[in-house]
Amino acid sequence: MEQILWTIFFSPLLSFLILILIFKPFFAKMDRLSSLVSIFAISLSTLLSILVLLDLSINQRVISFNPNEFLVIGSLNFGISFILDELTAVMLVVVTSVSLLVQIFSVGYMSQDKGYIRYFAILSLFTTAMLGLVLASNIIQLFVFWELVGLSSYLLIGFWHHKPAAVSAAKKAFIITRIGDFGLLLAILYLFVQKSIFIENSLNPIMIQDIIFAVNQGYLSDFFVTLFALGLFAGAIGKSAQFPLHTWLPDAMEGPTPVSALIHAATMVAAGVFLVGRFFPVFENSVIAMNTLAITGGVTAMLAALIALSMNDIKKVLAYSTISQLGYMMLALGMGALSASIFHLFTHAFFKALLFLGAGSISHSTGTFDMNKMGGLRKIMPWTYVTFIIGSLSLLGIFPFSGFWSKDEILSGAWSNSGIVSNIAFYLAFITVFITSFYMFRAIYMTFHGEFKGGISKKDLHESPSVMLIPLVILSIASIFIGFIINPIISIGFIPSHWFSDFIGHGGVKSHVNIFSNWFVYGATLISLLAILLAYQIYILKNLLLIKFIDKFTIFRKILINKYYFDYFYEEIIVKKVFLNSLAKGLNWFDTNIVDRVFGAIGWIGLNMGVLLRQIQNGQLQTYGSIVSLGIILIMIFFMFL
Amino acid sequence: MDLNNFLIVSAILFSIGLYGALTKKHLVVIFMCIELMFNAVNLALVGFSKYQNLTLVNLNGHIFVIFIIAVAAAEIALGLAIVMSIYKNKDTIFITEIDSLKK
Repeated sequence: MEQILWTIFFSPLLSFLILILIFKPFFAKMDRLSSLVSIFAISLSTLLSILVLLDLSINQRVISFNPNEFLVIGSLNFGISFILDELTAVMLVVVTSVSLLVQIFSVGYMSQDKGYIRYFAILSLFTTAMLGLVLASNIIQLFVFWELVGLSSYLLIGFWHHKPAAVSAAKKAFIITRIGDFGLLLAILYLFVQKSIFIENSLNPIMIQDIIFAVNQGYLSDFFVTLFALGLFAGAIGKSAQFPLHTWLPDAMEGPTPVSALIHAATMVAAGVFLVGRFFPVFENSVIAMNTLAITGGVTAMLAALIALSMNDIKKVLAYSTISQLGYMMLALGMGALSASIFHLFTHAFFKALLFLGAGSISHSTGTFDMNKMGGLRKIMPWTYVTFIIGSLSLLGIFPFSGFWSKDEILSGAWSNSGIVSNIAFYLAFITVFITSFYMFRAIYMTFHGEFKGGISKKDLHESPSVMLIPLVILSIASIFIGFIINPIISIGFIPSHWFSDFIGHGGVKSHVNIFSNWFVYGATLISLLAILLAYQIYILKNLLLIKFIDKFTIFRKILINKYYFDYFYEEIIVKKVFLNSLAKGLNWFDTNIVDRVFGAIGWIGLNMGVLLRQIQNGQLQTYGSIVSLGIILIMIFFMFL
Repeated sequence: MDLNNFLIVSAILFSIGLYGALTKKHLVVIFMCIELMFNAVNLALVGFSKYQNLTLVNLNGHIFVIFIIAVAAAEIALGLAIVMSIYKNKDTIFITEIDSLKK
């Protein structure tokens, strides 16, 4: 088993190395072959990942391997090894399969691009980092791959580095996620501070299993557990673009669209959810951390969905939708519904990748992402249209698409908890269902229905090539069926009922009550349909009454278009006022007036000493000789009389 | 005759040489003074060699002096050649005017 895991991990790494060290410098012309290498490597990983998942589902067990010794500092043993549990197995399948489909799509999408080999190389690197992250068995290893994921994201967002917008978006993503990572780093450092507790109980403070064991056994104080959990959560906020560090994700849409699908919808942003899932027992031991999770998730879900209403760029709509759905996952974690959260992560990965690739397919034809320049594409791009609709319905959670099953589990997870936090979280999640439906169908109506309003001539519009359509179709099939298949309400064939929930949650599942017995199952579908109807009235029928009604709320709209002034706040207040004007100016004053003066004085002394000493350097050999003789005489006197 | 006599003469010779080397302007005179210093050292070496050990015959110092004389002769030949070329290039032989290291 260990060899299989190493193969899964190394095969994309090898492809990265081959591409960047062999193809890029020596065989730059053979770009088709390079993508084949990359796709072959990732196919191998996908296949093995599925095998691992199947094996684990039959033999339900957690496997950890003996660490390969890497570094020993005193009593601290830092070994590299893998851990294989249910969460890892599921994440392996999500990461590799979505990567595979995105790479196939990219063959068509990036075919004209000059950086073709570099693109595939970084995609491979990203997959490697993500696999390393989910497999890591100690927290240092996890942190290293966590940062590598951030790095490859940076490289891919800034892939078109000749575009200033892409460069600044890449920097923004890197810096903002770094703020969250700082919290994660503090959490890790805090472990070292508490090292003695671990060593007393013969545990290793960096092994994830030992940390969880120590928390479950109550070796650590509640205060420590809460702080540690909040530190981890800070990392998750940054990576999963949760409120208030969400601002990087929409800007990250400057990268190539398949990248948005892979990283900013399906896998990388899920890393934050994965991190919380990995340390879930730690969170469960702290009420404060759980409530923070739930409220942050609920608020993010709601606020991001509202912003999505006002966006005209189709990728930005999807980006805010992603933030909103990640909010759902965090909310579910905060409700203790780990399996529901990971289930939603799983289904979301497929339907959101589908939607992003659909957006990529649209822009491949129209050359723009601005929905005001689209319209009427339904007849020209039927495949894209149908798959996009499927993805949307799945996102809305319409029966029986896969999103329905996972979203319903989240809602029931929140509903079954009592307490004010759960109630708030539930209603935030419930209202967000309505908003989600509205913005998705607004996007669909603006893009595919009505008349074409684009800048380019209608003749140039075309359906995308089949290499791009195949992944769309595969993802559509997954978006329709996968939710029901992996977590069916009744057992079908060899799949037992509630397989996924039991698999992740080890039977102790809080959510997944008897489906269809709660009012909100019908309620959520009903308000979704209501929202679709409303969107239809406004964007297709142009119902004047409603449009006039909406126009009354221009202030609200302005706030949404400006994304609650978050970017303004960060740039103008934090960066310019606090950092630039106060902090930087203060430090500058200190530097010029204190530091420079001190060193200036030291320099002045040296300079003037030099002026004095220079007098004896007159170039006369005999002067030098006299001084040497004098010196010798002095030394002689010193030795003779002292 | 004891060693001190040799050493006193040697010290006087050395001081005269040093004084000359540090004060005279003419390069050739400076060379002569340096030669004087050499010979002061030679004298001291011979003296030490002679009075070092009265029982054993030890000629190390004497041989050393012969070497020094030979090397000094070679060095003077070289030094005078340098003096000649300095004179050709700079049209002067006074050491106070040769200060190009400073410039």
